[in-house]
Amino acid sequence: MTPEAKHLEVVLDTHVESVNLAEEMCLRVAEAVGFNEDECYRIGMSVREGVINAFHYGNQEKPEKKIHLVVDLTQDKMIIHVMDEGKGFRLQDVPDPLAEENLLSTSGRGIFLMRTFMDEFDVVSGRTGGAEIIMSKKIPAPGSPSSNGNGGASSAAPQQEA
Amino acid sequence: MAILYATIREVDTITIVDLSGRISLGEGSALLRRTVRDLLDNGHTRILLNLGDVNYIDSSGIGELVSGFTAVRSREGQLKLLNLTKKVHDLLQITKLFTVFEVYSDEGTAVGSFG
Repeated sequence: MTPEAKHLEVVLDTHVESVNLAEEMCLRVAEAVGFNEDECYRIGMSVREGVINAFHYGNQEKPEKKIHLVVDLTQDKMIIHVMDEGKGFRLQDVPDPLAEENLLSTSGRGIFLMRTFMDEFDVVSGRTGGAEIIMSKKIPAPGSPSSNGNGGASSAAPQQEA
Repeated sequence: MAILYATIREVDTITIVDLSGRISLGEGSALLRRTVRDLLDNGHTRILLNLGDVNYIDSSGIGELVSGFTAVRSREGQLKLLNLTKKVHDLLQITKLFTVFEVYSDEGTAVGSFG
């Protein structure tokens, strides 16, 4: 962690409302660091899908388990981690929702949406014992098309006071 | 987070469901599921979902649209979509569901398309 970085960590209950809460929190951060409306939508949707994945597939909707949401702001990236307390999974085992035989499936599009909407995406074994989704998006420079004028890479992670 | 509202009307024997709000995990998806199931239980098998005021759909909502489509088809009916917002249009495009659903931007044309 560099002196300029910012870190937010929240532990959420395994509950449907946690999906909305996580999305709203990350949307506020994304807006504050300067992402425009379209990029905020993509980030919000990705967080939502990550937490749905943890809620439903990871924690199997068991209320005694927790969902861990971490947001790191570096000088140039917003990095989001979503960890569950399930058994974990391997990306290569996730069916392709765009395959002809899966188009009428009623589930299985969350990973695809996160991969599509974020710049970087991966799933690893998490420190909470289950899966850890890691995804990031480059913070826009002020004046760039994906900026809302609020922040930008140069001002997203201000130097901490000594 | 805004919830989903559904209003049902009939035009030329076609059941039109005007939806507004979010079709997402929780109440939104559940309402859509109940609405389609109730229509089928009451013999309505030609259904047009008007999504003109639906500003958000997540993967749960997409799953519910697909579930409704297959449920109606299994009763030898038809479920079609009307008036997609840009976000919903783009979402159906990237998930290739445009190849599954019949989508219309004009209600009269959509109603006339049912066989």
